[in-house]
Amino acid sequence: MLSAVCKSLVSSTARQLRAFHRPAAACSDKLFVHRDEPNNNSETPFEFSAENIKRSEVIIANYPKGHEAAACIPLLDLAQRQNDGWLPISAMHRVAEMLKMPRMRVYEVATFYTMFNREPVGKYFVQICTTTPCMLGGVGSDVILEAIKENLGIGVGHTTDDNMFTLAEVECLGACVNAPMVQINDDYYEDLTVDDMHRILNDIKAGKKPKAGPQSGQNFRFASEPKTGLTSLTEPPTGPGFGVRADL
Amino acid sequence: MLRLWPLRQISRLQNAISLTQQACNKSSVPAPSPELVEVFVDDKQVFVEPGTTVLQACAAAGVEIPRFCYHDRLSIAGNCRMCLVEVERSAKPVASCAMPVMKGMKVKTDSPVTRKAREGVMEFLLVNHPLDCPICDQGGECDLQDQSMAFGSDRSRFTDNAFTGKRAVEDKNIGPLIKTIMTRCIHCTRCIRFASEIAGVEDLGTSGRGTEMQVGTYVEKMFKSEMSGNVIDLCPVGALTSKPYAFTARPWENRRIESVDVMDAVGSNIVVCMRSNEVMRILPRLNEDINEEWISDKTRFAYDGLKRQRLTTPFVRSGTGELVPADWESAFVKIAERVNATDGDLIAGVAGGQVDAEALIALKDMLNRLGSESVCTEEKFPMTNSGIDFRSNYIMNTTISGIEESDLILLVGTNPRLEAPLVNARIRKTWINSDLCVTVLGAPVDLSYDYQYLGDSFELLTDILNDKHPLAKGLKEASKPMIILGSAVLQGENSGAILDTVKSLSEKLRAGSEQEDWKVFNVLHTQANQVGALDLGYAPGVDAMKGSKPSVLFLLGADAGTVKREDLYENALVVYIGHHGDYGAQIADVVLPAAAYTEKDAVYVNTEGRAQIGRQAVSPPGMARQDWKIIRALSEMLGVTLPYDKLSDVRARLGEVSPTFNHAGQVEDAGFFNLSDSATVPRKESRPAVQPLSPALLSLRDFYMTDPISRASLTMAKCVQAVDDAEKNPYSKPEQS
Repeated sequence: MLSAVCKSLVSSTARQLRAFHRPAAACSDKLFVHRDEPNNNSETPFEFSAENIKRSEVIIANYPKGHEAAACIPLLDLAQRQNDGWLPISAMHRVAEMLKMPRMRVYEVATFYTMFNREPVGKYFVQICTTTPCMLGGVGSDVILEAIKENLGIGVGHTTDDNMFTLAEVECLGACVNAPMVQINDDYYEDLTVDDMHRILNDIKAGKKPKAGPQSGQNFRFASEPKTGLTSLTEPPTGPGFGVRADL
Repeated sequence: MLRLWPLRQISRLQNAISLTQQACNKSSVPAPSPELVEVFVDDKQVFVEPGTTVLQACAAAGVEIPRFCYHDRLSIAGNCRMCLVEVERSAKPVASCAMPVMKGMKVKTDSPVTRKAREGVMEFLLVNHPLDCPICDQGGECDLQDQSMAFGSDRSRFTDNAFTGKRAVEDKNIGPLIKTIMTRCIHCTRCIRFASEIAGVEDLGTSGRGTEMQVGTYVEKMFKSEMSGNVIDLCPVGALTSKPYAFTARPWENRRIESVDVMDAVGSNIVVCMRSNEVMRILPRLNEDINEEWISDKTRFAYDGLKRQRLTTPFVRSGTGELVPADWESAFVKIAERVNATDGDLIAGVAGGQVDAEALIALKDMLNRLGSESVCTEEKFPMTNSGIDFRSNYIMNTTISGIEESDLILLVGTNPRLEAPLVNARIRKTWINSDLCVTVLGAPVDLSYDYQYLGDSFELLTDILNDKHPLAKGLKEASKPMIILGSAVLQGENSGAILDTVKSLSEKLRAGSEQEDWKVFNVLHTQANQVGALDLGYAPGVDAMKGSKPSVLFLLGADAGTVKREDLYENALVVYIGHHGDYGAQIADVVLPAAAYTEKDAVYVNTEGRAQIGRQAVSPPGMARQDWKIIRALSEMLGVTLPYDKLSDVRARLGEVSPTFNHAGQVEDAGFFNLSDSATVPRKESRPAVQPLSPALLSLRDFYMTDPISRASLTMAKCVQAVDDAEKNPYSKPEQS
């Protein structure tokens, strides 16, 4: 009897507690306001290299005069590539200055596009796609993610202690036919199996450059052709005039 | 859909009624011009200009479409989706704010589809909006609240089964004026558009995307604008509210009194919100000719200065030199004793810039009756050539709305952004919408538009006049050039040379212009009622008065510190009539507490020469009385009783002196241009010694505290501090552009 009363008390207290307001869980692990960090503040040195200055001039010249702001994304990308894969706020300021844009407009672009990293990342930026096709295709992205976590010893959003790898979980990267896939810096590794994943990461650790593209999941196929060979477009292409009425 | 059926029946009925009405009206409506587009709103026929949006067409038909992001004076964003309406033969409901009308378009603003669309949009908005109306300052004047009552569903499907809570966003610190509760933000982006389009400060924006998107500054910094407070009015929800007003009053508790601002010479139309004899806040009032629907931050937030440093009782200086509280009678007796023993020539009056016309005329009449002609304003104006003899010499002749017609503006020694933020907003508006060219002679200050900076030397002005400067050609070619002369540069030595040169230049342009009635010459004053004082015959500047060494001096709200004890006769009696214990009260022997601008029915004449009536919102504190009544009572004690007992009598007297005061709200056109021009003889001196043509207010810091009220305001002090702090913030530094 007493225990029943206790139980009901506990449960009602639990109900009360649950009614306290808690903010919703964030949908992104990124912060969309800037906080000064020792390595990321307005004083962080950033200047385009001479070579990149030249490139940026070419990029800006692609757009009509008065529309220099159109070069915002390519310039931010250039800055990110030059700065070890991430974009300090000083780089955004530099781009704003070069394009004569208000800084806020550059912040808007840099925060909108998820491929701009606004905090430092490791030398190898591992992005694993966990969108539905990759989750379902091949062995599934779940096990690949587990494999990466196990191999690198880090969780999603973390960087290894030696600053070599950063793991990020991303949405569709557009390689659904070759699911599951991982992007490491600019290279796509597709048709992955758990062994492939370990091999690729170990190779990178050993300083080798593993071959990008489809892996063993579909027998190292060339691109995204069917496993059983072509099912269409098998015969040589027909020439002009094929199937056209003779009298035309 | 089932739930809606009775309403549908009603709307059908309404449609039937309007159809019959339309049939009745049809014969009486004249055939419209052919270029108009015919649109049917709820089967009611309207003709609108091509390019009108559906929303505006509906407004023309008398149907108000609910909206959050759309605003008349801002660019169209089309992102709130609240204005969805059904258009016949359109697959989906269309966003009426962004959709241009097409011929024969049939818009249904109350169809089931429209209603369902609105309800759906409202439901989505409310899913991400906290239901904290009871603790929200916007409650009672919230668009979201009102529209959810009118168009929303009567129940919610938002059941937070997992108890994860609603979306929450971090609040931003954007300065001491605007309180942000960003969780309430519905992302209408009105504030962002206001900042970048009207204020010209690109500080606000959106960061992030999707559900993580937030409106803010990304980096922590102050929203540094002289008219930032307007985003509070623009915000349709409680995301941006007033920091000083926070949790002080509810809109339905306030009484709204329409009045006029005196913080600058623009004469912005305001609404004073009053509760229990206290000014709770100040809001803008629509006036297309002056301030549109904006007001500056000083106008909006300096009201807490009305409660501090106030003079609530008369003071008389004792033998030991202290100001001792006294009653009205003893104060009057003290003045009367001295005045009766003084020759009229030795009595003088000095008026400050915020004094109302009633008090000005009462003081002038009283001193005149006492035999004194020495009444002047603190603010100077050169008396060379025709001086203030012609009204066109000292007002803004083209008017503020006239700026929109201009194609070239030359600013001489003025910083309109800080001296008259709404004139500056009008210039910016024109600059955005037309090919307006702005050139500046003065200081390279931060205006909110691009301009050509010429320099700050007087020689440049003479060069332009003598066709030696490239701008002379530009001015000649412009069809409607404007020259705006700041009153700040007229305060220095030898400023007559500046005025004469600008006058001559304007005269030349006006004579050479093809536009018959375009007036080139404009003076931008900084004091609220300076034009009124000049209209009433006050002499500008205290120099002449000082020369006569008066022995009795009346300071009427004169707090700029232009008169010092040393300037007066030894042992002179200084009487201060005003509302704040500022400079004037410090040097006074008798202090008479008067009413501030929210405490009296009063007329002010703005820089355009437009007389406007400010209404009394609250009563003067303590023993303070309205200025003209004090002077009226004093005149009786001095034996020169003024012939007016009622406000209407004073107004009639004002009208006798100047016709300006007979037409409140209208600009009295200044004539006699040719005469005043012919009276302007350029002086032959080869190089008059003139200081640089620099305006007085250079940076935002100078803007906040310029008069007794704003100097007493805590909010304005906080603004100054915030601007100082922003100087240290690396993200607040001016950007290169």
